[in-house]
Amino acid sequence: MSETSEIVVAAPVSPARAKFLRFLVRDAGVLLALVLITLFFSATAPYFATSGNALKIFVQIAINTVLAAGMTFVILTGGIDLSVGSVLALCTVVGATVMIDESLSPAAAITLALLACMATGAVCGFLNGWISTRWKIPSFIVTLGMLNMAAGAARVVSDNSTITGLPQSFVDFGNLIIGGFLPSIFLVAVLVIAAGWFVLRFTVFGRMIFAVGTNDEAVRLSGHNPDFYKVAAFTISGLTAGIAAMVYLLRLNIGSPIAGIGYELNAIAAVIIGGTSLSGGKGSIIGTLVGACILQVLSTGLQLLGVGDNFKPIVIGLVIVLAVILDAYRERLLRRIR
Amino acid sequence: MDTILSLEGVGKIFPGAVALSDVSLSIARGETHIILGENGAGKSTLIKLLAGIYQPDSGKIAFNDQPYQPKTPHDAQRSGIRIVHQELNLLPYLSIAENLMLESLPRRAFGIVDRKALNSRAVALLKEVGLDIDPRIRVEALGVAQMQLVEIAKALSYDSKLLVLDEPTATLTPPEIERLFSIIKRLKAKGVTIIYISHRLHEVFEIGDRVTVLRNGRLVATRDLEGLTVPDLVRMMIGRDIADEYGFDASIVPGKVALSVANLKRDASTPDISFAVRHGEILGVAGLVGSGRTEAMRALFGADPKLDGVVEIDGKPVAIAAPKDAVRHGLSLLTEDRKGQGLLLDMAVDKNITITDLGRVSRNGLLNRRAESAAANDLVGQLRVKASSIEQAVRNLSGGNQQKVVLAKWLFRGTSTLILDEPTRGVDIGARREIYQLLWMLAAQQKGIIMVSSDLPELMGMCHRIVVFSKNRIVGEVPRSEFDQERILSLAYQEYVRP
Repeated sequence: MSETSEIVVAAPVSPARAKFLRFLVRDAGVLLALVLITLFFSATAPYFATSGNALKIFVQIAINTVLAAGMTFVILTGGIDLSVGSVLALCTVVGATVMIDESLSPAAAITLALLACMATGAVCGFLNGWISTRWKIPSFIVTLGMLNMAAGAARVVSDNSTITGLPQSFVDFGNLIIGGFLPSIFLVAVLVIAAGWFVLRFTVFGRMIFAVGTNDEAVRLSGHNPDFYKVAAFTISGLTAGIAAMVYLLRLNIGSPIAGIGYELNAIAAVIIGGTSLSGGKGSIIGTLVGACILQVLSTGLQLLGVGDNFKPIVIGLVIVLAVILDAYRERLLRRIR
Repeated sequence: MDTILSLEGVGKIFPGAVALSDVSLSIARGETHIILGENGAGKSTLIKLLAGIYQPDSGKIAFNDQPYQPKTPHDAQRSGIRIVHQELNLLPYLSIAENLMLESLPRRAFGIVDRKALNSRAVALLKEVGLDIDPRIRVEALGVAQMQLVEIAKALSYDSKLLVLDEPTATLTPPEIERLFSIIKRLKAKGVTIIYISHRLHEVFEIGDRVTVLRNGRLVATRDLEGLTVPDLVRMMIGRDIADEYGFDASIVPGKVALSVANLKRDASTPDISFAVRHGEILGVAGLVGSGRTEAMRALFGADPKLDGVVEIDGKPVAIAAPKDAVRHGLSLLTEDRKGQGLLLDMAVDKNITITDLGRVSRNGLLNRRAESAAANDLVGQLRVKASSIEQAVRNLSGGNQQKVVLAKWLFRGTSTLILDEPTRGVDIGARREIYQLLWMLAAQQKGIIMVSSDLPELMGMCHRIVVFSKNRIVGEVPRSEFDQERILSLAYQEYVRP
């Protein structure tokens, strides 16, 4: 007891200042890292600081950002979702199958495909959440199972082949760059992040997500049903996997049962680099966006610097580990500030 | 006086605050020296200086007339000072014997552990602390009291000259405390010097020779315990008189039955229990740790499953299958495990308070932060929670203030009956008194209050009635006019001593 009171007196910081310091340590830290990395590559890598390259990065981070947005919800509740990559694959083949149905007008086909993607993803996510809460199984295992099942289902639905021939208007929208600087698919990603940010920050539901991740037993004894929020988080993760599948279709124009392999790991990496704690309860979805940016800037920058494809993953892996180490320090710092 | 340990003007400063200031103290060889103080008085800092976890910023410490400057806990151990910390440091998946001799396991050739020597030495050490138990048992299988004794045995295994016990009785039952005290007396008879830190004022008279009281990091006084009384100690600790700690309010007259429980049965093997609490009544629940008190309250609240039983609120039967049902019907549960089950430790004070009823500070699912802050500030002021702001994480509050936050969250919800399980555990005297006052305020508002506690004087001071649990059964009910410590204790033991 007296230990804790010592910590209080150890850091007498005024509330306003504490708020600022908290912002600096928690949110601005990753942003600063992104700025530094970007400056570094701008100075060293040829072609890095060009508008063309910036556009390319925006296009490339769209899918991962959407996946990571849903992943943030799951990780905030203290879970993990390993299935999003193959759920994405399943959704791409479902969406593409719907879209190439010639009995539908292009507009109807696209709308139905979007709904089908989101529904498929949401159902997979719901199953993840429901199974893991109903039988109290770690989500790591349940979603590992779902990873395999969704991958198999994607092959069944597509008859193990790539689906092409999407409506031209859809393909055109995917290639659209609004105002010459904003790729349509990046806009989708930003909208998903914005929606997630709004929900987490301003709604009762968002508050409950944080509370459940902080201490689900205390939440239960306060008169709530924490399982509801856990299942909801997984459903959201599935839903964003469905949206990410649409983004995938917009960008690559094919539905593929082998799409999305390893995407879950990139999504998790973006969330963690963005400062969300793997043990739940702490983090921010804006951080996730920044985390996704950091990953892609690193990848592109290293490539432009001429670092071989073999070495690139080593550097990126190091950065992920470094981010988690920094996170541990950040926690310590935050405790002193509050 | 033959001095074994002396502190001279010892101080410790943390960034922004003085934790210990100019403390001079000498411990006589062979004495049992009690150290008292409220939370934050500097007891823990003092211990950590002795343990080598912190180093003093000023002053000198001498042990056996030699300068004592441990840089690490290991240094402290080597010098012959052993500390049994409040939170036990045993490895649950290793055997008792392995835990006892972890730092120097007896070895044979090639570094293979000599099991025979290990276990026989362990048996001898356990005998020292009166534990007759197979040393090959894993520590996880032991009860808290046994673990405590194993810790003490471990401390003895290093031929300690000075043993520091930090609140060893916090989680023990009366018979276990008795046993611990007889061991302490035995050790004392063997010449071991003991520094004993405690919260429980009544018990220190039984074992202590002298007492040192700390307040706000300063030494108030060192006195012989003989001739002192509990009120004397309280005055020294908090710097003022406390006439009646509990403040029983005789003007409050309990009204109609608020909550009644009939034939509550947890599972096939436990007997069914019935009890009731009135509006404006504080009902005490006494019994040993593990007598089924906590379990009964949790089952009633829907926190754990129950087999059978009828719960009535204001005369109407209600179905409680989960805590959310209980909360909807106006029940509140302050759990025994504040950190693990009561609080969102890493979240801010305001968010902890409003979690019970976010609907009140939101509209259409959107939070109204301004309304939330206002409501939280209101309760923080009303309950006098000491926090730098409502945005401070509750992790950084003291035990008493954390407990007030738990109370605040239930007051925010608007409760009709409160179930409080060990509401003052780990709470210092000052805050404890404030919690008592708050309970009287709630009783005056005609709320029903059920208070489970291991602290019998507290129950006798606070309650209108006490029901006593013994081995999952309610064995008696004692009205205030018949309160008697011995009678309640013998009821509590009733089912355990029966052949």
